[in-house]
This record gives sequence, structure tokens and C-alpha cells, in this order.
Amino acid sequence: MIPGPFNYYRPATVADALKLLSTLGDEARPLAGGHSLVPMMKLRLATPEHLVDLHGVADLKGIRREGNTVVIGAMTTQHELLASDEIGRSLPILDETALLIADPQVRYRGTIGGNVANGDPGNDMPALMMALGASYRLEGKSGAREVAASEFYQGAYFTALEPGELLTSVAIPVPSAGHGYAYEKLKRKVGDYATAAAAVVLTMAGGKVATCKIALTNLSETPLLAEDAAKAVIGTSLDPATLKKAAAAAEAIMSPAADARGPVEYRKHVGGIMVMRALQRAAGRAS
Amino acid sequence: MNDMTPTREQREAKLEGMGCKRKRVEDIRFTQGKGNYVDDVKLPGMLHGDFVRSPHAHARVKKIDDTEALKVPGVLAVITAETLKTVNLAWMPTLAGDVQMVLADGKVLFQNQEVAFVVATDRYAADDGINKVVVEYEPLPPLIDPFKAMDKDAPVLREDLAGKTTGAHGPRKHHNHIFEWTVGDKDLTDAAFRKAEVTFKEMISYHRTHPSPLETCQCVCSFDKIRGELTIWGTFQAPHVIRTVVALIAKLPEQKIHVISPDIGGGFGNKVGAYPGYICAAVASIVTGKPVKWVEDRIENLTATSFARDYHMTTEIASTKEGKVTGLRVHVLADHGAFDACADPSKWPAGFFNIVTGSYDFPTAHLSVDGIYTNKAPGGVAYRCSFRVTEAAYCIERAMDILAQKLGMDPAELRLKNFIKPEQFPYHSALGWEYDSGDYATAMKKAMETVKYSELRKEQSALREAFKRGETREIMGVGVSFFTEIVGAGPSKNCDILGIAMFDSCEIRLHPTGAGIARVGSKSQGQGHETTWAQIIATEIGIPADDIMVEEGNTDTAPYGLGTYGSRSTPVAGAAIAMAARKIKAKAQMIAAYKLEVHEDDLEWDIDGFRVKGLPEKTMSMKDICWAAYNSVPPGMEPGLEAVSYYDPPNMTYPFGAYICVMNIDVDTGVYKVRRFYALDDCGTRINPMIIEGQVHGGLTEAFAIAMGQEIRYDADGNVVTGSFMDFFMPTAVETPHWETDFTVTPSPHHPIGAKGVGESPNVGGVPAFSNAVNDAFSFLGSTHIQMPHDYWRNWKAAKDLGAVA
Ligand SMILES: Cc1cc2nc3c(=O)[nH]c(=O)nc-3n(C[C@H](O)[C@H](O)[C@H](O)COP(=O)(O)OP(=O)(O)OC[C@H]3O[C@@H](n4cnc5c(N)ncnc54)[C@H](O)[C@@H]3O)c2cc1C
Repeated sequence: MIPGPFNYYRPATVADALKLLSTLGDEARPLAGGHSLVPMMKLRLATPEHLVDLHGVADLKGIRREGNTVVIGAMTTQHELLASDEIGRSLPILDETALLIADPQVRYRGTIGGNVANGDPGNDMPALMMALGASYRLEGKSGAREVAASEFYQGAYFTALEPGELLTSVAIPVPSAGHGYAYEKLKRKVGDYATAAAAVVLTMAGGKVATCKIALTNLSETPLLAEDAAKAVIGTSLDPATLKKAAAAAEAIMSPAADARGPVEYRKHVGGIMVMRALQRAAGRAS
Repeated sequence: MNDMTPTREQREAKLEGMGCKRKRVEDIRFTQGKGNYVDDVKLPGMLHGDFVRSPHAHARVKKIDDTEALKVPGVLAVITAETLKTVNLAWMPTLAGDVQMVLADGKVLFQNQEVAFVVATDRYAADDGINKVVVEYEPLPPLIDPFKAMDKDAPVLREDLAGKTTGAHGPRKHHNHIFEWTVGDKDLTDAAFRKAEVTFKEMISYHRTHPSPLETCQCVCSFDKIRGELTIWGTFQAPHVIRTVVALIAKLPEQKIHVISPDIGGGFGNKVGAYPGYICAAVASIVTGKPVKWVEDRIENLTATSFARDYHMTTEIASTKEGKVTGLRVHVLADHGAFDACADPSKWPAGFFNIVTGSYDFPTAHLSVDGIYTNKAPGGVAYRCSFRVTEAAYCIERAMDILAQKLGMDPAELRLKNFIKPEQFPYHSALGWEYDSGDYATAMKKAMETVKYSELRKEQSALREAFKRGETREIMGVGVSFFTEIVGAGPSKNCDILGIAMFDSCEIRLHPTGAGIARVGSKSQGQGHETTWAQIIATEIGIPADDIMVEEGNTDTAPYGLGTYGSRSTPVAGAAIAMAARKIKAKAQMIAAYKLEVHEDDLEWDIDGFRVKGLPEKTMSMKDICWAAYNSVPPGMEPGLEAVSYYDPPNMTYPFGAYICVMNIDVDTGVYKVRRFYALDDCGTRINPMIIEGQVHGGLTEAFAIAMGQEIRYDADGNVVTGSFMDFFMPTAVETPHWETDFTVTPSPHHPIGAKGVGESPNVGGVPAFSNAVNDAFSFLGSTHIQMPHDYWRNWKAAKDLGAVA
């Protein structure tokens, strides 16, 4: 549990950070909160030669509202999300989820940018970003581009990020007032990643589901948008049979690995239950 | 008397003696981050050692190439078995009479086994060096399933034992067999089963887990070439034993070995044995002439140094239709891993597992234990328990529940029916122990009344009906456990470690001003000895506990002791403390008689000094006696006031308790909720109720962890799949249930202060309470026994197997 040798850099601007990443090449890695990267380095599963620490880049911090979108700087910590009035008002599901991530120590350091860029299927924010229709701003030496969260994840630790690119911010369209939301996460204990988790964002009209997005955490190599499950509940009042149908549709796209959290069959089964519970809780919150 | 004269109550209170909830004096430094642990030891020029470890569970080591490693800046040496052979230390003896490789000698036998020791100027360089050592392995088929160990065609693990048909504990039946240990009357037991109206047989497993103290195992070895002296700072629960072992295997004169256990961050049995790290650090220091530090990381601790349990207990009870037990038969398959490195008293290959008759009056019983080798880490230590007592308690407490179910009886009623009765003590058990004292029924009834046991059963029936009607997905279990421990190893007639009797010791020196120091052969790892030992002395000789300094862990200053594990400190060292104090008191009485000009027999003890019988105003306080001891002792008497006692206990002590756990389980997810946990402990005389409560909280938290998920699990290839705190269940305050504690007091008749020891009871009694709660919850669906650990997915699987989830 001792990392190998590495060089350390602390740029002050995005431009400097990008320059460093491009000149240092493949063996350079951005360092955000370090709460995913450093444990991997201690196990020598990651052995970057150069760490480009983003803590000195003031432009990567902060939460701001741009019309109907909330833009969150990549280096905003999970604790800062929890402390933000804007998030509490317009994106309460972020608070609910952040509180289910590890413990206060991890949340003081861990950033939203690191969480969504990491590509670990166990990270909770990515599924949420999919359910909310968020997009990521990626900047490289050849310019900036926006990639939808739903297009970003390609495999475990494989994302749309190109070498030398930084994820600089996350843009989240504000869900309509009166929307219902829930993040249901089954974990073994504080500090554990999800055995299974489901994010639901929906709106109701006349007691029936009008719109709905469902996304899943740690039930495949990437976070999943459960589109068929969401379709199954539109126009229903979430009666027991519909809930079961939604769970079955969600389970159909799950392909979790067996691990100490349980065998595949269990993880899929509780994945379905998380979907049902999240739907019910979200509907209960919608107005 | 004027108002300034303290009342008797005030004098008593000032002592903060036995029975006082005295605050822990060691916490003053611990809560300020001022403890002094092994890793705080930093010596000039100190080097760091770390291990190359095997990725394979079973493989031949073809070649170790250190060329590139030695080129890493800061790396000074790479030690292998070949190096150690030059000093005859490639193998070391274990406490269980086996031998263990210090570094892989031709073969590796478990994943993460120590293969080479890299010594460097700092820890980073050492680890860089490790990554450059190239080891060529030829994988061999691993043996992981203990039930296949004695198959005819099972792989041969221990080639060093080829042709040895006898081991340290008798004949070996197979190349992977270590020993067979039998106790009890087989014929009588067989007859009881033949005659029995009711019998059952169940394989009850207690899975492999790990003591996992927060501070891992570590040491600093410093060899002074000029003086020829070796100083070892280490996380040792038994520092004197380590000194003797080092003297024997390193062939150093024992007076030139200084072993120091500084503050220890938890032991739980993990820090009793000797590990390759200690040997390698010592050899590296002797070779380099510089201090060498070795510190395990978390993964190494969980995967290499001393697991616990891994007992597979086929259990049978014979009984009458009315539920009177008539016989017990247990066969244990004991998975010891690659080397037999159990830390038991030498003559006890399965520890005190023969306490398995528990709290019940079994007329006859028979036990046999087969120890076997597998490709897993060695160990088998007493994880917060007295040598295999936890396994025994789990076995019998689970078995009593199974019998109750079979008879259609309430499990608490069945226990009440079979308890050893108060008038039967001292009680001779069918498997050879003499229980010192107990009043089981009183404790059980108090527990049942407190939790309103019969109402819980009514609630459970109603919930079961609701479950059957489909109105709820929750099931409810009430887990009852009534355990009897056997602690305080132990009497020299049956206990030794490597030939050294398991006494313990105390030396007390009182200073002229009425203060003093007590040095004790035990070694606290968090138990609070600095607090409680002073309380015993305070009550015995009337010096306030605050004026007694307690010192442990330095083999140069402490009298020889066998250390702290198996709840032996209070039963053995605690007794030595009281006996040393009594020697002091006897001398003090002579001094007081001389000064008060009366005959000794005319004096009586009064809280904090002596007074003349019938003349209560003629007194001499202990404080004044201390002064007198240094200037005006009676003619012919030596000055000074000190005493040493080595205490060889006449018997073990037998603490007991009644625990009840109430739990609900959601069958769809397997998620459980511990609604209530009540723990009544009887540990005899209570020295410090607050510390007892703390010990019980800690032990119950461990029991909760073990029963509900904490395990060392191997896959079929012998890879450890639970090697970090992500997967090895270490509960936080969030998961930990609320604990209710209670007590009765049945003093030990043979112990000087009647105390029995309590540190391990909650682990011993807690595990069956949790497991019985889970099993009780599922029993109405048709199960008789569900193996631990009861983590979420296994609970769900149990529900599924019983048809309760689709
Ligand atoms: C005990 C523990 C439990 C945890 N439990 C959970 C949990 O339940 N759920 C959960 O979601 N997370 C969990 N985490 C992870 C935690 O939330 C991490 O903080 C988070 O995943 C990564 O954020 P970070 O800022 O620490 O990123 P880092 O660890 O610094 O970086 C992670 C990866 O992303 C890259 N990266 C970081 N920032 C950028 C960027 N701006 N642009 C491009 N690449 C970037 C890094 O190069 C690295 O590869 C846990 C962590 C710990 C230690």
C-alpha cells in the first residue's frame, strides 16, 4: 500500500494544466480529490509518472446558475454540493446522493469532476447525471466540446475523455418545479460502493407518471439509463404490477459482476427492488 | 471530630478502588494523540523492511532474481530463505509444535506468503524494490476446501513432513493431517445416543475471520553490535514470551534481549504469535547493525498474520422427549491453513474447545477434533476469546436452538431445563473441566424479564401470520444465547507455553511519600490496565489509585509474565496484583504495630490504614506507614515497602452471561435491523463497571461484525477475496446497534478478589445471539440451520431457498 514514485505539478490555470498534460503525455494524470486515484496508486494499480493537481485552478471551482441550467465546476467537492443553496433548491437529488457517498472525510476531498470522470461503475454521480440529462464540458488543447453524460461512459474506466483532455464542468438542466426524485442505494456499510442503486427523476400529472428517467449504478461496466423501464411506467399510477414490470425491464439490461456484495442473481434482484423503491419514493415527492 | 475529618465514605471514594467507575488514566494521552505506538519509534539511521509476497496459493518457487531490485536507489539488501539458512532461521517453530517457513523455502503454501524481505533506507524504496524482485513460480493445484484435505488424491502441501506419521500431538492419518484430539467417554456417549428418544445431527460451521486490530503487527529491531544486545519494540501481547522465543531460536543470551511493547492499538489475539516480519527485521538488524522497522499494511494483516476460527463442527445432541439432554457428540474439522500456528497453550491443540458442553448438565459427551492443512494463511488465534471457546460456545448455543426447534420447545425454556444448578458447583463437566461458580437460571430469568421475552414471542407469532398472509415482507427473530466461558489460563498443572507455566506476576514498590509503582506481567492493548490494576491495589492497601503508577510491557523492568489474551489478565495477573498487595499489607501491619506500640493482632484494617481494635482514634494511615518504612522499621526488619508475587492459579474462572437479540429481516433484500440487544454478564467481582461496559460494547461490536458479515473468504484458486476493509466487514458507528448491558455478580471462589475476566465474553456470547436471531427468524419457513455470516445476500439466499422470495 505504498505508491510508486511520481512527479507533482500544480498549475494555476486550465490552460497551464492542459499544456502540462499534453507535454507530459500518456503517463500524466490529473489529480482532483484523490479519493479514487490515490487508493489505486497505493495498490500500484495506477502508476502515473506525473500528477497534475487541479487544486490550484480557481476557474474549476464553483456552482452557478445559467438560465435553466446549473453549471458545476469540476473541482467542486461533494461537501460543497451539500452546502450549496442552489443545489438544495433546484437539484435536491444531488444532495440525497452525495450524502450516500462514503463519509464526511471523503466528501470534503472528493470532487464532482473526479467522480464523473473516473469511470468506475461504482461511482454514484454518473447514473444521476444520466437521469438528469447532464452534459460534461471537455477541454483539450484543440478546444472544448460538450458530451452528454449518456454518451460518455464506454466501459469500466473507459470514457469519452481523450488523452490530454480535462473535464472542466458539468451542466445540468434544472428539472421542472414539482418534479419527483429519489436515489435508492443498497450498500453494506458506510464507505461501501453500491451493491445496487437506482436514480429516478419524474414528473406526475393527474396521478399518473408524465415523464420519467431511470438510471442504474454499479449494475454493469458502466452506469445505465434504463429506458424501457422508464417507458413502462409512463401513463401509469405506479401500481404494483407496473412496478414489477419496470423492475423486470431494468433487470434485463443489468450485467453486474459477482463480488463480495453478492452473486449476480442477487445484485440484479436488488437492482430491481431499488428501481421500484426509487419510483415509489420519487412519485411520493412529486406534485 | 472536627468537620475537616473525612467521613468513611469520603475516604473510600478518595481511593477510587474496586467498584469505582474510575475514568481511564491512559485516555489522557490517547485522546490527545499522544500515545506511543511502535510506528512512533523512530531511531537514527533506521532502515525499513517489507515483503515480496506470493500471488499464488500453492506453487513451487523456481527462482528469485533480485538483480534489478538491488539497483533501486535506497535498497540495501534482499533477504531470502537461502540467506536465512546461513543463520539457521529459514524456518521457525510455532507455538503449536509445528514449524513454519519464515521465507518461502522451495514452495509457497498460501497467497501473500512471505517470499523475500527487502531492506531499504525508507519504506518507499523498500516497496519500489519489492516491485523489482522477479520470482518465477510453477503453480501447483491449490487445496482450499477443508473437506477435501484428506482425500486420497489431495495435493501434498507440506513436503517437509514427508514420512512423518507423528506430529506434536500424536499420530497423523494423512499427509494433510496435523492431529486428532479426542476427549470424553466414547462408549458412554454412544450408549446415550442409542437410548435417546430424540437426536439430531447438524454441521455447524464457524467461518474463517480475522482479529483485525486497527494497529497492524509491527516491530523495530535494533541490534547493538558492540554490546551484543538486541532491542525489539513490537506489538506484542506477550513480550516476555517473545523474549524467550528469540533467545531460543536466535541463540542470543536472554539478558541481552530487551523486548518492549509500547502502547498497542488492539490485539484480539493477532499479536500473540511470532511472525516472519519479526525474524526478518531482527536478522536484518543483526546483519546491517542498524535498526530495522517492519510495519504490516492492512492487506498484509488480513491475509497473512493469524486468522481466527475456521471450525466445522458436526454436532449431535441426544435428549429425552421432554427436552432433558442426555449426551453430546461433536466432531470438528479444524482448518489450520498451511502451518499449524495456533496460539494455544502447548498441550491443547484445539484450545479449550472441550468447554463445548456449555452451561448445560450433559451426563456424557464425546469430542474429536481433526486438524488439517490447507493452502490458506496460518493462524487459528483466539480472536477475543479464550482458545477456541468462541467456537465451542457457538456450537452448543446453536445446537440447543436446533434441539428446541426439533422438540417444539421454546429455546429459553430448553436452556432453563438443562442448566447446571447453583448447588452443583464446583461442577465437573463430562469433558473434564471443573466450573468454579455460577447461577445460570437467575441470570437467564433476569434477561427474559428485562426484554419482556414472552411478549416478543407473541409479537413474533403475529408477524409470522401476517407474513404468511402476504401483508409484510419482514420476518422477526429472537436470538437467545447463554454462554459459559473458561478463562484465566492457567494452572500450571494443565497450561504452559513452550514449557513455561502460565502464571502471571506483579511487583509493587511503594515510595516514602505514600505513592508507588506496580509493574505487571500482563500487557494492555486498550483494556485499561493502567486504570484497573491501580484500583485493585487501592482497595487492597488503601493508597489512592491516582497515586499508583502501573507499568507493563518492558521485559527489563516487568516481572516475567505470560501476557494478555484469553481474558487471563484479571484472573491471573489481577490475582498476582492482589497477592503482592497483601504481602505489602502484612509488612505494613508490622510497621504500624511497632509505631502504635501494640501487638499486630490488636490491629484491624480500616479503608486506608490500620486502627487499634477498640480504640478507633488510634490509627496509622498507609501513607504514614510508607514514610515509616523508610526510616523507622521495627528492629531486625529490612527497610522499604515492596513485594513481588507470581501467581499460579488453582483453576480457571468461568464467567457467563445471558444475551438476547431481537432482529427483523427484509426477505427481499436480506437487509436486517437489530432492534434490540441485551447483554447480561456475570464476571464475578466487578473492578471498574465503566471499563466492563466498554469492553462489552467493543466485544459485542466484534460479535455483530463476525455474525453478520466479517469473513476471510477464499475463492477456488486460493485468492483472498475479502482482503481490505471494503469487503472485510468492519462496522462503523452507523451500522453498530445500540447495546444494553446488565449484570449479576457470582464471585469466583478461588480468586483472591473473586473476579473472573470479562473482555472476551461479549464476543463469545454475542455471535450465537446474532446467529440464533437470524436462524430463529427463518425457522418457521422450514430451516434448521443457516451458516454464518448472515450478510445481506446470504439472508436473501436463505429466503429464496426456503421459497419466501421468487
Ligand atoms: C472509502 C471510500 C468510499 C467511497 N465510496 C464512494 C461511493 O460510495 N460512491 C462514489 O461515487 N464514490 C465513492 N468514493 C469515491 C469518491 O467519491 C471519490 O472522491 C471520487 O470517485 C473521485 O473524485 P476525486 O475528486 O477524489 O478524484 P480523483 O481520485 O482525484 O480522480 C479520479 C480519476 O479521475 C480523473 N480526474 C479527476 N478529475 C478530473 C478532471 N477534472 N478531468 C479529467 N479527469 C479527471 C483522475 O485522473 C483519476 O483518474 C469513495 C472513496 C473512498 C475513499
